[in-house]
Amino acid sequence: MLSFILKRIGQSALVLLVVGLVAFSMFRFVGDPIDNMLGQERTQADIDRLRTQLGLDQPFPVQYYKFLQEAAQGNFGVSYRQGREVSEIILERAPATLELAAVSALIAIALGIAFGVYTAIRRNGFLANFIMSASLVGVSLPTFLIGILLIYIFSVELGWLPSFGRGETVRLGWWTTGLLTESGLKSLILPAITLGLYQMTLIMRLVRSEMLEVLRQDYIRFARARGLSDRVINFRHALKNTMVPVITIIGLQLGAIIAFAIITETVFQWPGMGLLFINAIQFVDIPVMAAYLMLISVMFVVINLIVDILYAFIDPRMRVSG
Amino acid sequence: MKTMTGLLAAAALMSTTALVNAETLRWARSGDALTLDPHSQNEGPTHTIRHQMYEPLVIRDVTGAFEPALATEWAPKADDPTVWVFKLREGVKFHGGEDFTAEDVVFSFERAMQPNSDMKELIGSIKEVRAVDDLTVEFVTDGPNPILPSNLTNLFIMDKGWTEANNTVNVQDFEGGEITFATTNANGTGPYVLTSREPDVKTVMTRNEAYWGRDQFPMEVSEIIYTPIQNAATRVAALLSGEVNFLQDMPVQDISRVDQAEGLVVKQAPQNRVIFFGLNMGADDIEADNVEGKNPLADVRVRKAMSMAINRDAIKQVVMRGQSEPAGMISPPFVNGWTAEMDAESTTDVEGAKALMAEAGYGDGFSIRLDCPNDRYINDEAICQAAVGMLGQIGVKVNLNAQPKAQHFPLITDSKTDFYMLGWGVPTYDSEYIFNFLVHGRESDIGTWNGTGFDNDEIDAKIATLKSNTDLDARNADIAAIWRVVQDEQLYIPIHHQVLNWSMAEGVGITVDPEDQPKVKYFTMK
Repeated sequence: MLSFILKRIGQSALVLLVVGLVAFSMFRFVGDPIDNMLGQERTQADIDRLRTQLGLDQPFPVQYYKFLQEAAQGNFGVSYRQGREVSEIILERAPATLELAAVSALIAIALGIAFGVYTAIRRNGFLANFIMSASLVGVSLPTFLIGILLIYIFSVELGWLPSFGRGETVRLGWWTTGLLTESGLKSLILPAITLGLYQMTLIMRLVRSEMLEVLRQDYIRFARARGLSDRVINFRHALKNTMVPVITIIGLQLGAIIAFAIITETVFQWPGMGLLFINAIQFVDIPVMAAYLMLISVMFVVINLIVDILYAFIDPRMRVSG
Repeated sequence: MKTMTGLLAAAALMSTTALVNAETLRWARSGDALTLDPHSQNEGPTHTIRHQMYEPLVIRDVTGAFEPALATEWAPKADDPTVWVFKLREGVKFHGGEDFTAEDVVFSFERAMQPNSDMKELIGSIKEVRAVDDLTVEFVTDGPNPILPSNLTNLFIMDKGWTEANNTVNVQDFEGGEITFATTNANGTGPYVLTSREPDVKTVMTRNEAYWGRDQFPMEVSEIIYTPIQNAATRVAALLSGEVNFLQDMPVQDISRVDQAEGLVVKQAPQNRVIFFGLNMGADDIEADNVEGKNPLADVRVRKAMSMAINRDAIKQVVMRGQSEPAGMISPPFVNGWTAEMDAESTTDVEGAKALMAEAGYGDGFSIRLDCPNDRYINDEAICQAAVGMLGQIGVKVNLNAQPKAQHFPLITDSKTDFYMLGWGVPTYDSEYIFNFLVHGRESDIGTWNGTGFDNDEIDAKIATLKSNTDLDARNADIAAIWRVVQDEQLYIPIHHQVLNWSMAEGVGITVDPEDQPKVKYFTMK
């Protein structure tokens, strides 16, 4: 068991190294940060001085090696655009993204399971069919379009909810939260729905098909024959048995929610890590791009690692083949 | 499930829009100030924020003319043209209550000359700054400098005592990631006082009731809430929904929609930025074409023909939706040296252009690559696409290479492009600035943006004299002569002057500033 875990950890570390290498080899194609950092009055001497100072005159494997060396000591460098420590900026931005992701995930899970169960039980009902058709919209419309549509309806036309930003925030230690103020909660609604819509549809469809599968099983029929009430059959016996694959998917989707927050954050000017990353790309802010990409890949790798290890605990066959 | 219904119920109960003071200016644009340190980062949006809190000696009003700020009058010393004398305003106080004196001016200029300062190039000609008395400062330059005040309009004055007390005498090392007290705090003499700031999220300022010009300017805005909103659609939505009441960086395609919306207006002014194409005429052979062994762009007839093929009115109508002014020279209006006659010299004549091409020996045309940014100027890529079609009419087959600015501009500075788009603004309002960067032969610290390969010693010598020629008539004659050469050689193909659009709620009274530098003290609120 231990050797299996060690092997998996080793593989994860390798994946991280490769992601970093690919990222660094691509930064050259994003452009030259020097031009953004110096005004139009700069001279060649200024350019050369800054390039040497930032180490951009060196080939990318060397830059990558230096990045790794510093990163191993927890130092991710200084943002070219903001002139501040990258780790400090990311810490400052993380609460916004994590709160948004958490609320989106809650909405997606709660509504996804509720709708999934409902459409499975009332398979041919009018409302169930309507939900199923409407959910197609959730899967097929791109996030930015949904966001802009919601802004148009609820901010511009109805004037109920703010169209951008995070509202007033409250500081709890280093964490800033928008969950404790009225404007913070109002600001959270539209982006959370936008971000969670795709996952909600996914969970709903998964729950529905699993549920339909389970409802056909013999033990459900016997339960009916025993005269148990529909509520007990549907929720205690059927739903419980559909949850195993659903939980796996939810776990994996959590990473996706944080990573896909980029688009939602841009549309709603949500001051999180995704917006930070988009700004960094436009400015060719290499330290921020590198730190963000590493952070996201660490997150995915860790989630996958945990899932793998859990599987191994549950299913001994995985240990042998793994 | 409970969370969700709770949220929805809460949302439904909440009132429509938060109550805001009628005199609050809720201001949005695409980007934020990079720092508050007055002498770090010479960049537009950064200066805009500083201008509300700090003041330079002189500023420009909306027509581009000088207006006294912390200085009341200024002139070169009668007997010595290398010294400028500035008389300072009396009775001015910093936000913290400190008196403004000549000592603060000397201190601020010395600070702005430090190696980490981003403003040092602008005041490179100043050798010494000395305080004659409490309200008189003399600037000694390395030679006569007739246009020194033009370089001072973004040079902000800090309080010496405050700066020293907060250990921020040194300009922040921006690239090194240094944070000093001055990067997040401000103590200027300006009309607004910093209340709070979260970089990239929100900056709040309140009116300085003790401002020296409190009765002189409208100053009807009592509070400024500045929020950067990057996404253009979200920015416009925030204006339409009333969450902001003043918007810069207005997307061209939304102008008519916002203008028709009830309670909103869009105002325009010619911007201090001209858009043009550069042509590499200097190389013997260029790489980005299909002609071997020679450079078609070296022939002035080809350059003229290419300019004649561009239909600037069509670009204005179709690409810019009316939001541009066709240009005939690469200088914005209101810059010293600009003339209406030269700005009208671009004509469209496809037949004439074809004849010129044939005369130059390129009757069958040639192909060339056009490098173009796609995120820098208003509709930049669309302008280039239009030019591709227009040049095709005279046989010049253009391959368009449009890419983000971070990739485009290094092509020009590294001489890796033969045909490129560039836009230019003139902060000093004098043609010398254009000549220094775009006409002078390329050397390490001059002609840095001249990608045309044009290098004429006679012209270079003439440009060099502009710096210190105090005989303004003779200087203007030289400027006109240099422009004549630039025009006749068709060094660049001018396209248009950008038009600046600001939009606002009807009650907000604003005159658009050609520098895109709103100064809130002039705003009125109804």
